[in-house]
Amino acid sequence: MLMTQDLNVERIRKDFPLLSHKMNGHPLAYLDNAATTQKPQAVIDRISNFCRNEYATVHRGVYTLSQNSTWECDQVREKCRQFLNAKTPTEIIFVKGATEAINLVAASWGRKFFKRGEEILISSLEHHANIVPWQRLCEEKGLALKVIPMNDRGELLMDEYKKLLNARTRIVAVTHVSNALGTINPVREMIQLAHQAGALVLIDGAQGAPHFKADVQDLDCDFYCFSGHKIYGPTGVGILYGKIEHLDAMDPYQCGGEMIETVTFEKTTFAKPPLKFEAGTPAIIEIVGLGPAIDYLQNLGFDRIESYEHGLLIEATRRLSEIEGLKIIGTAAHKSAVISFTLEGIHPHDIGTILDQEGIAIRTGHHCAQPVMRRFNLPATARASFAFYNTKEEIEALARGLQTVKQIFQ
Amino acid sequence: MIPEPRLEHLYQEVILDHNRNPRNFKEIPDATQYSHGVNPLCGDDYHLYLKIDEQGAVRDVGFKGSGCAISKSSASIMTSLIKDKPIQEAERLKENFLQLMTRDNVPEAVKSQVGRMILFEGVKEFPVRVKCATLIWHALADALRDSKLNFEKAPKR
Repeated sequence: MLMTQDLNVERIRKDFPLLSHKMNGHPLAYLDNAATTQKPQAVIDRISNFCRNEYATVHRGVYTLSQNSTWECDQVREKCRQFLNAKTPTEIIFVKGATEAINLVAASWGRKFFKRGEEILISSLEHHANIVPWQRLCEEKGLALKVIPMNDRGELLMDEYKKLLNARTRIVAVTHVSNALGTINPVREMIQLAHQAGALVLIDGAQGAPHFKADVQDLDCDFYCFSGHKIYGPTGVGILYGKIEHLDAMDPYQCGGEMIETVTFEKTTFAKPPLKFEAGTPAIIEIVGLGPAIDYLQNLGFDRIESYEHGLLIEATRRLSEIEGLKIIGTAAHKSAVISFTLEGIHPHDIGTILDQEGIAIRTGHHCAQPVMRRFNLPATARASFAFYNTKEEIEALARGLQTVKQIFQ
Repeated sequence: MIPEPRLEHLYQEVILDHNRNPRNFKEIPDATQYSHGVNPLCGDDYHLYLKIDEQGAVRDVGFKGSGCAISKSSASIMTSLIKDKPIQEAERLKENFLQLMTRDNVPEAVKSQVGRMILFEGVKEFPVRVKCATLIWHALADALRDSKLNFEKAPKR
């Protein structure tokens, strides 16, 4: 079934040099895509060419090289605008990654506008990056952090969500897709409900942007963020989208060069978004490298990516369910291609080490989502997370590897 | 490149046996020393209890918690090695074992002093797993260092 999909995976794999490597004497099966993704040749070449032939700083040069860097970064900002379907490129802020984006909103919006006694609503599926910044803000400002609970399948309880929303709720910060369980949250409905209650919404798209078309105007979210390295681009760059009216109202995040209009020792006036939030020399090389990653995704098309990855999820779920003693954690009706699991009597860390010897790279641990682990009363899980370049053969290798694990621990 | 690791050096039969049937896997209600060892990276999490008598010997020792085969078997073997031994001997064993696990070219004189813990030498081929093997030994150091302070953090019985 997987072979009949539109994507030519054999050809796609050739675009990712690392995928043809051997690991510990076996073909590498890279199944840790929720943590980070491999890079296509186009990204590698763009970074290399830019450094060799084009590199200079942005924004301040009167010379051609610098003007070119500024232009290249602006091109990528425009690509990101199209990628998210934002209204204008001024709504696209370059940040280090999704983590910094959330910290930015908490600091620049939250610190300015939240008042004592108000509430922040997050979900029980959040990554630590979408918990801790809010927690710190709550301590600082005397706010309450409320949490939307989930059921045993790892789905948020929408009735509870509706009850938790109230006039004190100022922002709902929720992940598009759970990194630990793969649950796809009904974000469109959640955004509507939050807006009815008068709250803003931040969507953590770190696990959504690599797999689904995110249309910020269609979703009507107030903030959306993702990390470049999870969408086949470089590390060190990510995007915060914010509605321009919010960005205009917010305070700067960090202060320094780029983000000012005029500075005297008495007073500084700040630049307009996006530069207001981009103090200091940006990650120019990484921003430039993000461009071809977005092109790559757009060329494949999210309809085809989604359908192929869903096929992988179905196949992997079927194959792993056949293994005695294996329990899949997170069985939501709407899931991305992430399978968290436990093997009876065997710690995930041991599973990870043995699979590594078979050339299979998976994540083990709490996935930076300790509250999710606690909800299921587990210290850790093993997690295989798939991308469009993974194959049925790799799922088979994973299943065989798990049999080896069981033999060692029988 | 790091030397090619071999799984059979990691998961030896004795280690697997202690993982399946950990020795001294118990709380000690009247313990005199307590500590909590956590490896946040992989979720290994153990409570360690020691009962030291007036002569300064480990009268009883127990551990509870969860973790991988390496951390659990290391804890199990440690408890059986230090039970009924003077705390100075437990300290020495700890020093020698931590040296074995964290240094290169460990002298034979040190290796001969760690008893059955020598089984864990193969773990060094898997650098990320060294922390699993040493976790309970760091907990032992904590427990011997400051009992009063740690006791306040002990889970309520």
